[in-house]
Amino acid sequence: MTEMIQKLTLYLQYPFVQYALIVGVLIALCSSLLGITLVLKRFSFIGDGLSHVAFGAMAIAAVFRLTNDMPLMLAITILSAILLLRSGQKAKIKGDAAVAMISVGALAVGYLLMNRFSKSSNISGDVCSTLFGSTSILTLRKSEVWLCVVLSILVLVVFILFYNKIFAVTFDEDFARATGTRANLYNLLLAVIIAVIIVLAMNLVGSLLISALVIFPALSAMRLFKSFRSVTVCAAVYSVLTAALGILVSVVADTPVGSTIVAIEIAAFVVCWAAGAIKGGVRK
Amino acid sequence: MAQLICQDLTLGYDGHEILSGLSFEVDAGEYLCIVGENGSGKSTLMKTILGLQSPMRGKVTTGDGLRRSEIGYLPQQTVVQRDFPASVWEIVLSGCQGRQGLRPFYTKEDKALARENIRKMGLEALTKRCYRELSGGQQQRVLLARALCATQKILLLDEPVSGLDPKVTAEMYGLIDTLNKRDGITVIMISHDLDAAMRYATHILHIGSTVFFGSKADYLRSDAASSFRKEDETA
Ligand SMILES: Nc1ncnc2c1ncn2[C@@H]1O[C@H](COP(=O)(O)OP(=O)(O)OP(=O)(O)O)[C@@H](O)[C@H]1O
Ligand SMILES: [Mg+2]
Repeated sequence: MTEMIQKLTLYLQYPFVQYALIVGVLIALCSSLLGITLVLKRFSFIGDGLSHVAFGAMAIAAVFRLTNDMPLMLAITILSAILLLRSGQKAKIKGDAAVAMISVGALAVGYLLMNRFSKSSNISGDVCSTLFGSTSILTLRKSEVWLCVVLSILVLVVFILFYNKIFAVTFDEDFARATGTRANLYNLLLAVIIAVIIVLAMNLVGSLLISALVIFPALSAMRLFKSFRSVTVCAAVYSVLTAALGILVSVVADTPVGSTIVAIEIAAFVVCWAAGAIKGGVRK
Repeated sequence: MAQLICQDLTLGYDGHEILSGLSFEVDAGEYLCIVGENGSGKSTLMKTILGLQSPMRGKVTTGDGLRRSEIGYLPQQTVVQRDFPASVWEIVLSGCQGRQGLRPFYTKEDKALARENIRKMGLEALTKRCYRELSGGQQQRVLLARALCATQKILLLDEPVSGLDPKVTAEMYGLIDTLNKRDGITVIMISHDLDAAMRYATHILHIGSTVFFGSKADYLRSDAASSFRKEDETA
């Protein structure tokens, strides 16, 4: 035990571990906040769909040998997010089906492009790491950390400023719209924020596991609490704790970061679920 | 000047007409009941008045100092998901959102208004409770309190008593009637309950195969009423 703690304190002095912690916690925090709205709007899988789109965009960037693929990924992902959330209301193809379509489509085309055009000698390794998140969070450059921090803080500020509007639009969009809330504007805003978070989170857990960061905190918090505010706070705390713990464990035990975080989130969900059941049982 | 004017409305979805040539006006303080068979387009009309969908032809205008965003609304079925975590307080307060513009947080006045409407609806004891754990009648009162936060002038209610037991139904009608008589709020209500419509309404709009709009007394003498009554009995 003391050995582990020694190892941990040693690792914590390395900047790459510190970076990973900062970035990981911020991203987890942002995704959990937005996750509540997504889960409640029945868009749990939009994270999945968008991350596959981001993966496709990454492949396109690779084809054109762009050195900095971030702007292209952001642009394409934001565009898809807007299309998907908008299609929720009107489209002939229903929300979940549209998400699934785009999701698998982008994944297939992305892999095809990578396979065909990539100059890398280790394609399957590359693909695996973009899908499951690699150790890349441990190899973050300082500039990436800064970008991440700035974008996350931006997302947080926007979330706090628009918290009441997000609640109104999520709870009853028709009522909000009828009484003069500009629901379309806020839906658009949500779409953009979600896309930004997804692109950021790709580094952390990879595109297959992003949904976990979005869904688990919200679902766990909803087991325990019953007002929107308490669920929001609980989800935020939950995601910060699980992300920090996951990163530390993965550093010490040398396991893949993304999968470790998700495994811990699952365990925490089970705990919350049990606690919720006991609490509910006691009250009855 | 009327508060709400519908001129020659044609309603429908995807180029398919449901109802055409509908015109009527509602003055401040009136109590209009909209009746008609299932699927005749009552909810569609209400959504059009609210601006949630646009009419195929014709137009809806507001007057008498009423702005489009000052209309309170009680939806027919709240599509609110069963697992939505929201307290009564949060929901009622969200009725004030329409006026906020870009202001991020609710003001003291907003909160006072929400508290006042919670009191009016007799929900004080439930303020902190979770919406999804309330009974159907309590939920309807919460949504009515929310609608009151959005307006002081006009309420649109889409079947506010569906699924409620007779006692709670009577209470609900009583509440709405008080809002209309004492607070002077204009009420437009969709209802299948012809007896209640006859008891409380000042005007009736009947839509369906025959369209009628006029005062309650005129409606009783019209063909529309007798045909609707008959359907009621056979059903
Ligand atoms: N979103 C929609 N898209 C296409 N058609 C619709 C849509 N909503 C309703 N309709 C159709 O429009 C017609 C009128 O529907 P509406 O909901 O206005 O009826 P209603 O009078 O409110 O009925 P009820 O008494 O059952 O509430 C129905 O035939 C219905 O099938
Ligand atoms: Mg209806």
